[in-house]
Amino acid sequence: MSISEPERWLEEHGSALYSFAFLHVRDEHRAEDLVQETLLAALKARERFQGNASLRTWLTGILKHKIMDEFRRQSREAPTPDSPEDAWDAAEARRVAENFTDSGRWSQPLTNWGDSEQDFSRDQFWSLIEQCLAALSPRAARLFVLRELWEMETEEVCKELAITPTNLWTTLHRARLGMRQCLEKNLYA
Amino acid sequence: MLTCKDASRLISEGQDRKLSQREKIGLRFHLWMCASCRLFEKQMGHLRHALHRGWSGGDLPTDKPLPKEAQERIRNVLKEHSNDGSNSST
Repeated sequence: MSISEPERWLEEHGSALYSFAFLHVRDEHRAEDLVQETLLAALKARERFQGNASLRTWLTGILKHKIMDEFRRQSREAPTPDSPEDAWDAAEARRVAENFTDSGRWSQPLTNWGDSEQDFSRDQFWSLIEQCLAALSPRAARLFVLRELWEMETEEVCKELAITPTNLWTTLHRARLGMRQCLEKNLYA
Repeated sequence: MLTCKDASRLISEGQDRKLSQREKIGLRFHLWMCASCRLFEKQMGHLRHALHRGWSGGDLPTDKPLPKEAQERIRNVLKEHSNDGSNSST
């Protein structure tokens, strides 16, 4: 007998789902678990798959729901003193502060990126984005991904993660400064 | 007077909310004087543009291979559950 349908999903889309999951949860084991949960959910709901969407898109949609659940949980977890998230936040606040002098000016000259996207390949650019995202605090990375990649509305992100708009703005400001700093360092060093 | 730090915050927040008239005027004035912040604003635009183009519906340009052991483990779990399904339905 040939391999079953869900096994074929695993063969064909396993790595794509895994990369997607890893980008969001930044942990190999958790990413593997998410792939498994996604395929099990897909197996259960297979009658609901309409052939007009691509299978990859359908599976990614299921995975996105699972990632959102995870984000919600992480975001709602009561912060404990000395939690890893706190340590990340402190380090990130320091790094952001380094961008500016005491009088609030840029401490380093900024580079004109110009049309530089053409100077490097899509793959290079993307792996750099992944690397820079991984250097953000989990909190900042979560918000950055939801806003800039998933293109969710600000209000929706606040509602889903139970945070205030002010909190979101502040964290995204940090996230963007962090991404900028990382990109500039790696692209134009 | 806005500092560059303030301006960078307003530029960032301007991507997430509507700035007040007062904020807009303050920012515009700062940008008029400050080449660094004009570059920052341009960089933010570039970043957003490049991300949206690269992302396109969540199909990532990079593929991190699912480790063999994990693939094996998941395959077994899927097998088990496929069998469960057919047993319970018959």
